[in-house]
Amino acid sequence: MSDNKRAAAAYWRENIRILLSLLVIWFAVSFGASILFVDYLDQFTFFGFPLGFWFAQQGSIYTFLALIFVYIGMMNKLDRKYNVQEEE
Amino acid sequence: METQTLIFLFVGLSFALYIGIAIWSRAGTTKEYYVAGGGVHPVANGMATAADWMSAASFISMAGIISFMGRDGAMYLMGWTGGYVLLAMCLAPYLRKFGQFTVPDFVAERYYSQLARVVAVICVIFISFTYVAGQMRGVGIVFSRYLEVDINVGVMIGMGIVFIYAVLGGMKGITYTQVAQYCVMIFAYLVPAIFISMMITGNPIPQLGFGSTVEGTDMSVLEKLNGLSTELGFAQYTDGSKSTIDVFFITMALMVGTAGLPHVIVRFFTTPTVRDARKSAGYALLFIAVLYTTAPAVASFARINLLNTVSEAEYENLPDWFANWENSGLMAWVDKNDDGKIQYHPGKPIDGKPSFIDARGQSGERLLSNSQTDNNNELYVDRDIMVLANPEIANLPGWVIALVAAGGLAAALSTAAGLLLVISTSISHDLLKRNLMPGITDKQELLAARLAAAAAIGIAGLAGIYPPGFVASVVAFAFGLAASSFFPAILLGIFYKRMNREGAIAGMVTGLVFTASYIIYFKFLGGTADEWWFGVSPEGIGTLGMLINFTVSMVVCHVTEAPPQAVQDMVDNIRIPRKDGQASDPVANGETARV
Repeated sequence: MSDNKRAAAAYWRENIRILLSLLVIWFAVSFGASILFVDYLDQFTFFGFPLGFWFAQQGSIYTFLALIFVYIGMMNKLDRKYNVQEEE
Repeated sequence: METQTLIFLFVGLSFALYIGIAIWSRAGTTKEYYVAGGGVHPVANGMATAADWMSAASFISMAGIISFMGRDGAMYLMGWTGGYVLLAMCLAPYLRKFGQFTVPDFVAERYYSQLARVVAVICVIFISFTYVAGQMRGVGIVFSRYLEVDINVGVMIGMGIVFIYAVLGGMKGITYTQVAQYCVMIFAYLVPAIFISMMITGNPIPQLGFGSTVEGTDMSVLEKLNGLSTELGFAQYTDGSKSTIDVFFITMALMVGTAGLPHVIVRFFTTPTVRDARKSAGYALLFIAVLYTTAPAVASFARINLLNTVSEAEYENLPDWFANWENSGLMAWVDKNDDGKIQYHPGKPIDGKPSFIDARGQSGERLLSNSQTDNNNELYVDRDIMVLANPEIANLPGWVIALVAAGGLAAALSTAAGLLLVISTSISHDLLKRNLMPGITDKQELLAARLAAAAAIGIAGLAGIYPPGFVASVVAFAFGLAASSFFPAILLGIFYKRMNREGAIAGMVTGLVFTASYIIYFKFLGGTADEWWFGVSPEGIGTLGMLINFTVSMVVCHVTEAPPQAVQDMVDNIRIPRKDGQASDPVANGETARV
């Protein structure tokens, strides 16, 4: 039982680490690149767009999508590592 | 075939499809009615979530809003997609593991309090009704313009359709109808976008055409748009005009509000496993992103088309679509300098919304009773027509116009159905079964749910027929309240075991009261923009309300007793996907051992 508890706590810690690192990217792309630093990034051109504008209206959405699928992959792996996946 | 015949054909076929699906997938038990039996495949659930989420506002209004706002429109694009990252990582898997039917279920059990349940139910009902009123207006607009029926008749037809599949099918019927509605909606959005992208840039993919050059020139779409805009006195399209802090706060409030909206959260209760709940969130965002990355491209193309077509054009020589939309009241022109040509510049041409009188002016335009403003802008354009009139402005064939009509209806009906289901569930499950009449059988509860859905459809329909003038202003409410009440309570409930009943209720109540007061003061009691705190508009205040909620919850929970052991055990359990909530140490070589 206490082994289980320790394993559960370790699983949760790793989960939080994955979560926070992905949320840092989420914040950096949406609130960073697309809002706070958008004017600075606009001086660069990216596929015909000013870069900041591209992040605001296109890039941030692609990034969100990638983040969720990376999360799904990492969590499935983590679930197997700690043997917490659901039985089929 | 005539465009009008095509419209009737497309809309009629799509309605027949929805009803057919509803009959095929009737719900027989409360579990089927509330969460579709908990057996929806992640791809289907992703599509249903996308249709549920993308409302008349996303389909009809969003590209138009962006078209008029330029870069600042990104706050809607990011706000209404970024919330899915929060949902996928912070809420959906854990709520799925919790495994009940509703958001108030979670709040009540996690915070061991019927008072918390009642607060949650009130929020759910308020948020959902606010939203559904807007959908019914969308149905009315589409019907009155495309099907040439009276708005009221249109709303009633819409009510009838939703009634059939929501009341009969419950969540099960709604889920599979929404899958069909997603397909109709996305096809209807992409076809005109692809046509217009080809016409303007020669590139069939709107997301790429958006960054290409305008065909026949070496100027990019955005440069062209900036040029046209500045020529007429508008701000550059790629520059922002709102303050950075306001854009920041609004984006955050929309993201967090999205993650806290009950009709979105409840979709993740329908998947078979936790793993599928995560996957569903990914698919949902994928299907949403198809429309959301196309919308800003449509916005810029439509803007170019509009500026090119109307500016300095003689009214008498304008194409037919102008008169069509003038007749439905979404465009108006006042010839201030009597030259018979349209001058389009920044500023409002008239005070308030156009109110037409029964007479025509010198050039044949509909005359208005509004008083004119003293700027040089003569054109009133409702932002909604940027999507609705786009196919006509770009001169696309009749079947594309018919498709857009069917798509707009799919968007409005799918969201309305999802919201109505949440309302009926809150009443039959949270209020009756879990609170007032715990003794009722499954059959009685199912009947109560159906009656509640029928009543909710009736009220929503009334809101569409007699639209309350405050609908547009209260949308800020739905997101602000979801952000400042549910999101912190659920998040802390999962990630902070020490959070207790006192903390959560105090946080929800202060967050709600603060956000509601701010919005009411500025929207209804005449507060002005220079009184905004830190320059934050009412649309963005939910972010501050959320921070207040977090702070109050943390402070109160530390001066009151820890939650009971059973609740703490429940939190441990929902953090682990496996049914028994057990984890085992990883074996040294990385292989896992079955317990």
